[in-house]
Amino acid sequence: MRHLYTWSGILVVVFFSVVGDILIARAMKQVGDVHAIVKHSGVWTVVGRVLSNSNFFLGVTAMAVAFFSLLFALSWGDVSLVAPAAASLTFIGNAFAAKIFLHERVDRRRWIAAVLVAGGVALLAG
Amino acid sequence: MTFRKYLVLAGITVFAAAGDSMLSHGMKQTGTISIHHLQGVILAILNPWVAVGIVLLLAFFASYMNALSWADLTYVLPATSLGYVLLALVAKFALHEQVSPLRWLGIALISGGVGFVAGGPALTAQHPDEESPILAKEARSGPPAHASAASTGAEL
Repeated sequence: MRHLYTWSGILVVVFFSVVGDILIARAMKQVGDVHAIVKHSGVWTVVGRVLSNSNFFLGVTAMAVAFFSLLFALSWGDVSLVAPAAASLTFIGNAFAAKIFLHERVDRRRWIAAVLVAGGVALLAG
Repeated sequence: MTFRKYLVLAGITVFAAAGDSMLSHGMKQTGTISIHHLQGVILAILNPWVAVGIVLLLAFFASYMNALSWADLTYVLPATSLGYVLLALVAKFALHEQVSPLRWLGIALISGGVGFVAGGPALTAQHPDEESPILAKEARSGPPAHASAASTGAEL
């Protein structure tokens, strides 16, 4: 029963993390290279651009949901299982989602990494 | 990739691992939260370990957003994966949790996989004509990342 709770918690964390990551990544690409903007027109320009971006707020909302789900999951399971499992499954979900929604070029190198990570997650579950 | 950008990636790694560990430690003190007693969440936030964990995760988030402004999501996540190793070390030596050999192997596989990715380009050009390996190699040797990021921003 405890395992069921832990893994349900992990899956909820993964779903909202992926949604949040994709939205934040999109928002920050819309904002532009932070280092370049800071050098050009200062920190407040970055802050302004981030705060006027709707993807940022949607992403933060999704991440907040993921965060509170993580709090639940962490109180049910060991940090060395819950945190890596959620983060690694999020990584695989993100590889698919980034390819589909952000049009990132997920090449063979990145897919092999995804498979290795999946193997690692399976071992963590054992 | 500049030194400053590597620092940002290192910040993501350390802040995330430290933040998660402190949260875990604090949550073990506050006990199990049940759906029927949601006020437990508020009590949890008042725990100093949880509070410091949240501050560290905010620092993580700032570094993370910084990195996402000049690198792919599928680059940033793996490039900061050493955090899992850190997390296992903290879990074993600070939180005194059991980390079995199989879990260590799992953590090694994850880190190996993500280290694999870190050697690639930080920002993949998002144009179909740049799919060829030759151009990919050029991208790996480091084009002006902010230029591509700016063009991506314009597209979206």
